[in-house]
Amino acid sequence: MRSICLPRAAWAVLAGVSSCAFALPAMAADEAASADTAVEAASADAVASSDSTGSGDMASPGEASHRMNAFSNGGRLLLTGGVSTIEGAGGGGLVPWALIGGYGTRDEFGIQSYVTGVKSEDFALLSFGAAINVKNRLEVSVGRQNFHLRDVGKALGLGNDFIISQTIIGAKLRLVGDAVLDQNTLVPQISVGVQHKINDDKTVVGGALGLKRTGTDFYIAATKLFLDKNLLLNATVRLTKANQYGILGFGGLGGKDQAYKPTFEASAAYLVTRKLAVGAEVRTKSNRLEGALGGDSFREDAAYDIFAAYALGRNLSVTAAYADLGHIALQNQHAAYLSLQVGF
Amino acid sequence: MMFSLLAAGMMAVHPVPGTEPQVSDPAVKPHYPTLPVITQNEHLYETFGGKEGLTALMDDAMTRWLANPRTHGFFANADQARIKELLVKQFCVIMHGPCTYDGRTMAEAHRGLNISEGSFYALVEELQVAMNKRHIPFNAQNRLIAALAPMHRDIIDNK
Repeated sequence: MRSICLPRAAWAVLAGVSSCAFALPAMAADEAASADTAVEAASADAVASSDSTGSGDMASPGEASHRMNAFSNGGRLLLTGGVSTIEGAGGGGLVPWALIGGYGTRDEFGIQSYVTGVKSEDFALLSFGAAINVKNRLEVSVGRQNFHLRDVGKALGLGNDFIISQTIIGAKLRLVGDAVLDQNTLVPQISVGVQHKINDDKTVVGGALGLKRTGTDFYIAATKLFLDKNLLLNATVRLTKANQYGILGFGGLGGKDQAYKPTFEASAAYLVTRKLAVGAEVRTKSNRLEGALGGDSFREDAAYDIFAAYALGRNLSVTAAYADLGHIALQNQHAAYLSLQVGF
Repeated sequence: MMFSLLAAGMMAVHPVPGTEPQVSDPAVKPHYPTLPVITQNEHLYETFGGKEGLTALMDDAMTRWLANPRTHGFFANADQARIKELLVKQFCVIMHGPCTYDGRTMAEAHRGLNISEGSFYALVEELQVAMNKRHIPFNAQNRLIAALAPMHRDIIDNK
């Protein structure tokens, strides 16, 4: 596996020493651990690269293994970073988990990127973004959501192609626990996170509804992996002012209902194989806009989904889900969800 | 559901008194047992193929560990036959098999090796691949890995 290393300082380059503050590994052409292929081919490459690591610096295996990990491609087990939520955080499809995204161990950095499409009766949502994970401790993400109103936009006189867009900047910090390693305790992995959302829309959200276009969600998530039962459970509590995840702005109409409200989110996943997990999620919403502009067009319900996530390898995961997004605009929305996550 | 999860959590560790290896250096303080027996009968042991199955599993796993650059350095110059023999005995005891473990504690066996988290996981992953090759059911694999995982504090970054 090659990697690109950015030296800490010019003097280090001159001295011929490369001490990497940040290592961005190249995409691995092979993954000896995840491919159940002949060991012979892997061993020839592996012994060769191991020899080149060992020769010339007399490093102990421990030193070599730590140095190798600064360069490498993410050492944690497949699926244990979750996938990317529609808001860009590591977790399930809808719910952010306490897991730090990607596969970086306590010694490593990594990057994941994702693109997700959600299509329901009346809407389509395209979400894409990227996250950096640092030493299995910190996750920083940026994501973009394009929410296509389609027929509803047409009904509002905005045309068939009206889009409400939003940018989400997120950060998540693991406080305690390691969901995979701590198999002898009931203490979960616990993380706290923020998601700052900036909605671009001045026509509907800023205009017709007169709502705030920025808001910040705060959440705390607890994730526990019961490995001997093949079961992952997660519970998340979020403080939010967002309407429909922020797509319909923040807070209630006319400046009312501006207080943070808690919403509750949960996921359960069953590990079928090393590479495949299936699960379900629920996410409640704070329903501030019910009754807005008359009627129950803006009533918000809880959203549910069932999903399957498959890790093709260390660099690529795909997630398919079916979601009941509850009532959005005029009817219950049932959506097909597909997400691709590429990681380094 | 919650109660059975609670019970399952508590049953995960059940070291049989008297069989834990003694620590020879009082400065070493293990964080977790070396022999956490996770079941009350031999069904899991039989799922792994008993002594023969574990021996074949370790033979395959060692080949993979030698091939993986993240684990190679820890085994290349070690007594591989003895390590394999001890792992068979350790797993056998953990699965309530009729074996006696005559090795050291995990803390002492890994002291000074300075194993990174990445190398630890690489070892686990190669073991998973080896177990898959032997068609050991995934849940049985996870029960073993769940028993071994808490040993990480005695293995990772143990300088």
